[in-house]
Amino acid sequence: MKLHEYQARDLLARHGVAVTGGRVASTPSEARKIAEELGGKVVVKAQIHAGGRGKGRLVAESETAAMFQKLTSDPANNAGQVKGDRVGGVRLADSAQEAEQAAAAILGRYLVSIQTGPEGKLVKNVLVAEQTDIAKEYYLSAMVDGGVGGILFIASAEGGTEIEQVAATKPEAIVRMPVDPAAGWDPYIGRTLAARLGFSGDQANQFAKLAEGLYNTALATDASLVEINPLAVTDGGQVVAVDAKLSIDDNALFRHPDLEELRDRDEEDPLEVLAQDLGVSNFIKLDGNIGCIVNGAGLAMATMDTIKLAGGEPANFLDIGTVNDPQRVVNAIKVILEDENVEAILVNIFGGMARVDIIAQGVIDGFKQLDIKVPVVMRLVGTNLAEGEKLIDESGINVVRTSELGDAARKAVEAASAAA
Amino acid sequence: MSVLLDANTRLLVQGIGTEGTNHMKRSIDYGTNVVAAIHPRRGGEQQEGVPIFTTVDQAVRETGANVSIIFVPAPFAADAMLEAVAADIPLVVCITEGIPVMDMVRVKRTLSGRKSILIGPNCPGVITPSTKTRVGIMPGDVFLPGKVGVVSRSGTLVYEVVAQLTSLGIGQSTCIGVGGDPIIGTRQVEAVRLLNEDPDTDAIVLVGEIGGSAEQEAAAYIREHVKKPVVAFIAGATAPPGRRMGHAGAIISGEDGKAENKKAALRDAGAYVSDSPAEIGITMQRARAERGLR
Repeated sequence: MKLHEYQARDLLARHGVAVTGGRVASTPSEARKIAEELGGKVVVKAQIHAGGRGKGRLVAESETAAMFQKLTSDPANNAGQVKGDRVGGVRLADSAQEAEQAAAAILGRYLVSIQTGPEGKLVKNVLVAEQTDIAKEYYLSAMVDGGVGGILFIASAEGGTEIEQVAATKPEAIVRMPVDPAAGWDPYIGRTLAARLGFSGDQANQFAKLAEGLYNTALATDASLVEINPLAVTDGGQVVAVDAKLSIDDNALFRHPDLEELRDRDEEDPLEVLAQDLGVSNFIKLDGNIGCIVNGAGLAMATMDTIKLAGGEPANFLDIGTVNDPQRVVNAIKVILEDENVEAILVNIFGGMARVDIIAQGVIDGFKQLDIKVPVVMRLVGTNLAEGEKLIDESGINVVRTSELGDAARKAVEAASAAA
Repeated sequence: MSVLLDANTRLLVQGIGTEGTNHMKRSIDYGTNVVAAIHPRRGGEQQEGVPIFTTVDQAVRETGANVSIIFVPAPFAADAMLEAVAADIPLVVCITEGIPVMDMVRVKRTLSGRKSILIGPNCPGVITPSTKTRVGIMPGDVFLPGKVGVVSRSGTLVYEVVAQLTSLGIGQSTCIGVGGDPIIGTRQVEAVRLLNEDPDTDAIVLVGEIGGSAEQEAAAYIREHVKKPVVAFIAGATAPPGRRMGHAGAIISGEDGKAENKKAALRDAGAYVSDSPAEIGITMQRARAERGLR
């Protein structure tokens, strides 16, 4: 689960990370009030989950797709912007009045950046924060890494928006430092990172304290990633977090009800939200026309691959998991049928923990409860196959059946093109 | 011989809720020697004819259990794994999915220096068809005793591969589902090494996924050490970048995470790479023919 910048900043500050002063506002007058408290000179930042905000553009809902096309088709359209100007989703203001105007220009509009996709994102909140006179930008993150089996710090003295490019072209500029989970945080980690980044004296101490706070935030929130970019040294010599990203491990949310409340469902795909509400949790919307219902994430991806190899395009990724209730299959079909692009459905089940007969019953119930107008191709194998086939035979539902994966994909592609 | 499991396997089941009980019964029916089950409040009772113990320690002392399978729900799964490791059970297989990654950090760290090997979590388990030893959730009837070892991150893709092999008359020695999470007990490269060193395995299928760099690690090992034919498939070649496809490990991150780079690494290491998941079986058939294996 991703958090907004203002939420991440609050959590980091709570664990001792120095962040710039500021708060979130949902109206221009609130923004003005916060700017007054901060002395007038502020930055007003649109709060959406996608990146590239400063270089994005604010438009009406009807104009998002055209703007996205413009930003992505020609790099020059995207490169001409600088963070902090008066066009994008991150704006500098020199007075409380300007902050109010900036907030008014951002709130309620759709922000389109190269990362938002063609739908853009409706801006509901802005962060109003102190302007920082940045002398130098750094990058600092902590993530759980499978290779090291624990938290890994990644840092660079070349921070800022181009960090991915630095990683690709100058790997030696990236510092990696694992934390032994048995020992946990120890001050040497902060000292070592600070020295590797070229900090000394008081700034090294400030940095080490900030890195410890980052680590403690990651532990306390079950974060899969905490990222500060940029981490800035100000003209006054302060080390401070200017922007922050935090992602929480979804599997750990059960022990963080307070964090679960920070979820912003407006940031998620509406079809994916519907899927979650219906108990179909592993659903990702894609752009093709063949809806997929599969058990197991690996087989679900392999099914998408097979559809592509057969010349088709999957409309979604869906791992239905271990189904004990046929209604979950009905709900999965319901979610898929909500997608207007879907012209055929491929059900590919290899029963292990999941039982074929329950899936079969779910598809039969789906035909009873829903208005299924698109062709359905079913490939069922594995646990309780005989029982499942019997149910389908007796139900008389009209489905295309096959027992082989490649054949299933080909039949689904044929069915979709015949239906189109 | 086979790896991890054989006729001497004495299985203990941790977590006898609906799924645990169901699969315990299926393993018994398949022919596996299930000697104990664990339930914190039902010690002294029986389930499917198997004695229930309150703790793993007690079950190991009284039954000589040497393999544990864990079905305990995600919030308590780390505790169950640590209990099995503390009891020095040589092989611990965790089926549970959805375990917080920080919990796995703790378990993984605890494993180092201990006697236990952990397979999983979020995996289908391990099966050795020749001795009818099933420690997992896979449909037993698709497996055929033979000489091909299978390693996979994904559970259902193990079944898919095995069904293709079996339909071509190609049997399996041991199939290992290593699990789809970012932190797992036994990485792909370690599972490949086990099969490479097993005299009764003459060829290996490696099923990887996008995300991480485990396939590159395996490829480096294969290039150096593996003379047996290796057939590989990488799932998710067509997945859009940056999206999480269910397996927490399968996030395309960096160049190593991309399917094309994993395939290239495996090809360079001498593996037969199948682009289609539907053609893994026939690719193995071809590889065996080329290498003169029957």
